[in-house]
Amino acid sequence: MANNHLTGIGSESKELATWYFTFAAILFGAQLLFGLVAAIQYVMPGFLFEVLDFSVARMLHINALVVWMVFAMFGAVYWLLPDETGIETVGIKIGKLLFWVFAAAIVVVVLVYLFIQVGSADEMSIWFIHEGREYIEAPRWADLGIVVVALGFVANLFLTGMKGKQTGIVTVLMADMIAFAGLYLCGMFFTDNISMDQYWWWWVIHLWVEATWEVYVGALAAYGLITMLGAHRKVVEMWLWIEVTMLFGSGILGMGHHYFWIGTPEYWWEIGALFSALEPLPLVAMFIHVLYDWGKTQGEQDAQGLEVSVIRNKPAFTWFVLNAFGNFLGAGIWGFFHTLPQVNLYTHGTQFTSAHGHLAFFGAYATILIGMMYIAIQGTNGIKVMNHTRSSIWSVSLLTGGMMGMTVALTVAGYVQVLVSRAQMGATWAGYFDGQSGMWFAQAMDWRLLMGVVMFLGFALLAKDFLTTGKNPVHQR
Amino acid sequence: MAKKSVWSDNRFWQRSAAWITGFASVLLIWLTFDTMAQITIGTDSDLKNGVTKRVPGPTVINYKITYEMSSKRGHEVPIIGGNDGQGMSLFQEKEKFFGRDDWSEEEATELLHLGKLGSQVKNCMNCHTLLGNGAYYAPDLTKAWLDPQWGPDGSMQAMTGKNTKEEAMAEFLQNPSKYPTHSRMMPNLGITAEEAKGLVAFLKHMSSIDTNGFPRNFGKIEGAVHGK
Ligand code: HEC
Ligand code: HEM
Ligand code: HEM
Ligand SMILES: [Fe+2]
Repeated sequence: MANNHLTGIGSESKELATWYFTFAAILFGAQLLFGLVAAIQYVMPGFLFEVLDFSVARMLHINALVVWMVFAMFGAVYWLLPDETGIETVGIKIGKLLFWVFAAAIVVVVLVYLFIQVGSADEMSIWFIHEGREYIEAPRWADLGIVVVALGFVANLFLTGMKGKQTGIVTVLMADMIAFAGLYLCGMFFTDNISMDQYWWWWVIHLWVEATWEVYVGALAAYGLITMLGAHRKVVEMWLWIEVTMLFGSGILGMGHHYFWIGTPEYWWEIGALFSALEPLPLVAMFIHVLYDWGKTQGEQDAQGLEVSVIRNKPAFTWFVLNAFGNFLGAGIWGFFHTLPQVNLYTHGTQFTSAHGHLAFFGAYATILIGMMYIAIQGTNGIKVMNHTRSSIWSVSLLTGGMMGMTVALTVAGYVQVLVSRAQMGATWAGYFDGQSGMWFAQAMDWRLLMGVVMFLGFALLAKDFLTTGKNPVHQR
Repeated sequence: MAKKSVWSDNRFWQRSAAWITGFASVLLIWLTFDTMAQITIGTDSDLKNGVTKRVPGPTVINYKITYEMSSKRGHEVPIIGGNDGQGMSLFQEKEKFFGRDDWSEEEATELLHLGKLGSQVKNCMNCHTLLGNGAYYAPDLTKAWLDPQWGPDGSMQAMTGKNTKEEAMAEFLQNPSKYPTHSRMMPNLGITAEEAKGLVAFLKHMSSIDTNGFPRNFGKIEGAVHGK
């Protein structure tokens, strides 16, 4: 295998990866800004009322989230392909062209969301403004564009994987990315039947985040362990296959936990409860795997009497470890909390869901993708051992601390809502506002906003670190 | 070299991954076929012949809809056109919707289509939850049609100066910030009179969907004491 994983210089695939990472980082900042707008509106409902309403701010918040993650995921694949396959990515010229098509489409979509916001109730609006379905609001023209871009990406991955060395990691990615792209098609059609609509909508959302994206993260973590620690490929790839088995084995049918109350039959109670209750298991396994490999490689080195860390990229590795833990905590623990129908009956669609959604997306995906960005910075700057800087430490602390604080605040808010609005008042309009006006709820919203500001500071420092750390003399070259 | 165990063999785990994934996918697809059949939207003749569907046909807007305890299922279910006393719909009692209770299948379908389109284009789901999914900034709309606030004992009909639920809702949807009841208001989304009618039909239809008892104890301020 070409041993060029520490240097991105000269690889066009890696250059393209940095474009994807840069655009992703910018969108991450935009995501946080619109999240702050929405969070302010919870506290001060008059803020930007009928100018940039909650619905618009939230749509931008969660769309920026999905898009920056997809960008960073594409980028990470373009980054690791030359290392894994030992050859330059096939079709890189097309890949670069598609990047610009994708980026331009996103800019147009955002401008339309911001300045047109809503249209009249007809098909034209669905084609050109937005589809109004959480996370995948992109208008239909953009859907078609996304399909083209995704096909191009998958084609490049396949052609490269088949021409070069096809490692276990590449094999998993090939199978996973085709499912990832294919599932998007389930969210592209219109139906008058809201139950049918949500049934297929979850094929995209759930089968992304709880199946294909998780497997993707498993593959990325495997790559990270090999490049950052020098862990043994054979062992790492065996773990990867075990993780794939457990993730798909539980996650695919675990989708039943979204089919309890949307008009679908009762048997989903049992199926959803059983399989989704198993979903945390692979997340525990992944956590153990990362810590185990770390301890093992360090131990081997210590045994040789070398008193240095095996970690070749400290900030990236910090984010990878946070990923292992955050995935387990946000998706595993917070997910399990509300996944049984007896509990979900009352927590369904409350701030509790939001608490889980935030910690899971952050813990399982934001962390590892930020880690990949650090790996790219190391590579493009020809750094042998990358160390922490003050801003890398502060940014990781503020982002993670802010997210934990936000999750706790939302969990408290969800608790109030479950007890007051749901259990006691039965989810009526009046009951809803009885819950919202409770003191604990209101305070939780203040805390969430405060923690959002903390996160934003963390992001600012992260951006500063991204821009400056490459030239910092603390690293070993 | 020590004897190799199958448990540390990459090929074994690769095959397991393929088989388990395949098996789970096939099971999911099989269940999907069953679910599709069960949640396909019903027809007008289903309603006329007293066939209970999980998602009734659009002409359900011609009927009276309530949400009542079913002793058999142990939770509330939508009751269409009167209750047989056991929690089963009778499909008899009609209710006027914008002055008519004889909306044809075509008309009702068109109205529902307009309403569903409107719900997406106006982005209801990024403030409200529908069937419990969406955003948490505003009340769940699953059973909004049945909310006591819109009924004869609620305040919305008087506030909007209308005598029926559907007219009050339509008026509110066209000018939500004119009739605020909380400091967190719904903004004006440029909803026309026709679109509002469609949206109300969409909400009424959604309240007739069998959601396995979600939300529980809807509209019972006494709360969980009465639940099961
Ligand atoms: C920007 C956020 C926002 C959007 C978008 C929005 N709403 Fe609302 N809606 C609210 C808020 C906030 C309230 C509560 C108003 C109050 O209590 O004064 C509300 C109240 C309502 C109510 C009365 C509550 C109930 O339970 O019956 C209905 C019905 C309603 N909205 C329907 C809709 C429909 C239909 C759409 C989409 C066409 C929509 N809303 C879009 C924020 C929004
Ligand atoms: C990284 C993985 C995961 C991510 C990113 C994630 C994210 C989310 C998000 C964003 C939602 C809200 C969707 C909406 O807007 O309606 C959600 C809902 C839900 N998640 Fe997860 N999730 C993950 C894993 C899990 C796991 C492992 C479980 C169970 C063990 C779980 C259980 C649930 C349940 C039950 C809901 C429905 C909540 C409701 O009824 O309102 N999730 N998830
Ligand atoms: C500045 C920090 C942030 C703030 C202030 C913020 C605020 C918000 C608000 C107000 C909502 C709407 C919730 C509702 O409907 O009531 C929301 C939704 C959401 N946000 Fe954030 N957010 C922030 C950061 C993040 C991050 C870092 C992620 C993920 C990595 C994230 C993921 C989500 C998701 C998945 C939803 C939809 C949740 C659901 O439907 O359950 N947010 N956010
Ligand atoms: Fe899920």
